[in-house]
Amino acid sequence: MSDNNERRVVSVIVVNEASVLSRITDLFSGRGYNITSLSVAPIPESKYSRLTIVTSGSVRVIEQITKQLHKLIPVLRVYEHADLVEKEMAIVKFPASENIADISTLCAVYNGKIVNVGENVIIVMVSDEPKRVDNFLKIIKRYNPKEIVRSGAVALER
Amino acid sequence: MQINGAQMVIEALIAEGVDTVFGYPGGAIMNVYDEIYKQKDFKHILTRHEQAAVHAAEGYAKVSGKVGVAMITSGPGFTNAVTGLADAYMDSIPLVVISGQVPMSLIGTDAFQEIDAVGISRSCTKHNYLVTKAQDLPRVLKEAFHIAATGRPGPVHVDIPKDVTAEIAEFDYSIVLDLETYKPHVKGNPRQIKKVMEAIANAKRPLFYLGGGIINANAAYEVRDLVQKTGIPAVETFMARGVLSCDDQLLIGMLGMHGSYASNMAMSETDLVIGLGVRFDDRVTGKLSEFAKNASVIHVDIDPASISKLVNADYPIVGDVKNVVNEMLELIAGIESQKYKVWRETVQNFAKLHPLTYHEDTERLKPQWVIQRVGELLGDSANISTDVGQHQMWTGQFYPFTRPRQFISSGGLGTMGFGFPAAIGVKAATPEKISINFTGDGSILMNVQELMTAVGNKLPVINIILNNNYLGMVRQWQTLFYDKRHSETDLSVQPDFVKLAEAFGGIGYRVKTKEEFDSALKDAVEKNVVAFIEVIVHRMENVMPMVPAGGSLFNMMLLEKKGEK
Ligand SMILES: Cc1cc2nc3c(=O)[nH]c(=O)nc-3n(C[C@H](O)[C@H](O)[C@H](O)COP(=O)(O)OP(=O)(O)OC[C@H]3O[C@@H](n4cnc5c(N)ncnc54)[C@H](O)[C@@H]3O)c2cc1C
Ligand SMILES: Cc1ncc(C[n+]2csc(CCOP(=O)(O)OP(=O)(O)O)c2C)c(N)n1
Ligand SMILES: [Mg+2]
Repeated sequence: MSDNNERRVVSVIVVNEASVLSRITDLFSGRGYNITSLSVAPIPESKYSRLTIVTSGSVRVIEQITKQLHKLIPVLRVYEHADLVEKEMAIVKFPASENIADISTLCAVYNGKIVNVGENVIIVMVSDEPKRVDNFLKIIKRYNPKEIVRSGAVALER
Repeated sequence: MQINGAQMVIEALIAEGVDTVFGYPGGAIMNVYDEIYKQKDFKHILTRHEQAAVHAAEGYAKVSGKVGVAMITSGPGFTNAVTGLADAYMDSIPLVVISGQVPMSLIGTDAFQEIDAVGISRSCTKHNYLVTKAQDLPRVLKEAFHIAATGRPGPVHVDIPKDVTAEIAEFDYSIVLDLETYKPHVKGNPRQIKKVMEAIANAKRPLFYLGGGIINANAAYEVRDLVQKTGIPAVETFMARGVLSCDDQLLIGMLGMHGSYASNMAMSETDLVIGLGVRFDDRVTGKLSEFAKNASVIHVDIDPASISKLVNADYPIVGDVKNVVNEMLELIAGIESQKYKVWRETVQNFAKLHPLTYHEDTERLKPQWVIQRVGELLGDSANISTDVGQHQMWTGQFYPFTRPRQFISSGGLGTMGFGFPAAIGVKAATPEKISINFTGDGSILMNVQELMTAVGNKLPVINIILNNNYLGMVRQWQTLFYDKRHSETDLSVQPDFVKLAEAFGGIGYRVKTKEEFDSALKDAVEKNVVAFIEVIVHRMENVMPMVPAGGSLFNMMLLEKKGEK
């Protein structure tokens, strides 16, 4: 039994109905597992939604959770991704006093741009692989970000 | 047909062929009870506690193979029923449990007797529903029965707000269910089945490991056939007792923590485990890394999540065990029973070395004797329920079961208080059989109020209380692993069980000798009334063999040889 804590991305396709989200998150919380990020949105022109769950834990337990996910009645499909394209978005608010040109250049490197410039704040967005978003957020610390919001990852199998 | 929600519940139950509902009324479910009053198609049995209603439905379901139905009110009615839901969930028992809820407009306001019932039942049911409009009821109820009974069976909980039971909508039960996301896999992969049969043919010391899933699948007679034709020895889990008949030469016995020496040794020596409808429970496997160490593992299970959960399966087959066993029987030609002769002898020698037995005592009756004696006297004519504790394990070890669905016990959750209400449900479903509940002086008090249900509904359950004045199973662990510190397990202070039974209109016996026991049992069976037979048994008897928790199956504590101390 390997107990290595690996980062895992699981996508779940579910029927849009009340309580389906708690059914899913219960399987993680019941084992003391943390969900690192979770994003949900309806799949266009269907009765289904797609969830992307990022978690970490022992391979064996995650495999068990995946099987149990599949067992839930409103779950149509579960993908445990190995080879995937993963993206995440972050929105960051800076004081207007910071160097807007520097910030703008940085954003561009991370597939982002300035989306709003107000009297007191600059708001930017980037969208990139979660690891690169981490990086971006580290680098921009020196520009004194006031607020940061991340979307959680979405993923598709290659 | 335009009817209200409460009437829909009744119509759905009738359409599902339900003949008995166990329940307890209250404010939120009153509209439904009003409709129950007006109908004659099914019987309602009023238990005296909601937990008992669910256990009775479990007993009914287990013995009959049908879906058990229980009905309860919101708040405390529901929370009382939760133990029953959890019990049914652990033992894969098909139930539909219907609860009342406060009206939609009051949900979330801390209303009187409001509790988030679906929030609580989510983790102990196969599925659950909060019905928000009457128009959904036909579909929800039809799905509930379908989901409870198919695939790996389990309890389904339907929570209905009071206003929904009053709301009028169209009722059409002929709707076709559209459960695109729920399609249990029942047919085993034919290529894999072929491979499995080859593996069996090539094995030297194969062993059938039979589980409760065989009983769920109504596959016991097919399995008997398979065992017979292959000549391969078999062990049963506690939940599988009765799959093979006790007189089957190939049945080694029960395995696990309190399994027989021969069964546990066979599992430790086998080179091919043939697991059918089993879930490798920790009470069965002991230390996982040492379990069937030298064996490959075949695992047939309808639930993919059960496969390779604890023990890696070399030959996983997802499917209904009845289908799979039938396919296996088709391919039986390549298997030569003769090949396993030496292995069969090895196993028989294990059994000769340490047979499953006990020592008689001159002063007090031994509980094992009582169970064996009931087996001799009633045998096949009785269905056997138990509570939880030492008496439960002795029943699993010593009762001569001859058929599937004869044995009803709480295996997975181990719920004290299960036995009596379960035996009531058993009697309601199979009145032609004698319904026995082996119980303990601790367990019986956990649902003793059901004396009233049994007496009131003329369901003559015979409770055999193996009175050791202890919470015996816990006492045993304290004796063995806690240096005899018997913390809070001494039940010296006791009610008068005879008077207790009589107070409810039942009949009570207190017996100390074999003769007294025989005549009490005979009398209770003849009188055909609700009975307590309190048997004063040896206080310090331990259930043996025993694999200490977490230990390896082959490291058993064994019955001391006579004279040893
Ligand atoms: C005090 C105490 C001591 C105990 N000691 C022991 C002991 O020594 N030995 C022992 O064996 N047990 C013991 N138990 C019981 C134990 O806890 C488990 O309940 C039991 O071992 C589980 O049995 P099982 O593996 O047959 O699984 P079950 O709980 O009966 O599960 C059935 C399995 O079959 C599958 N299944 C269901 N329907 C089908 C179908 N149609 N087709 C295919 N598969 C299906 C299910 O998915 C599941 O995996 C003890 C319990 C208590 C309370
Ligand atoms: C509801 C519940 N509470 C506690 C336990 C723990 N427990 C398991 S066996 C047992 C003792 C049962 O005593 P009794 O019914 O007298 O049976 P005996 O073991 O003496 O045969 C206890 C307390 C349990 N299984 N269920
Ligand atoms: Mg006792």
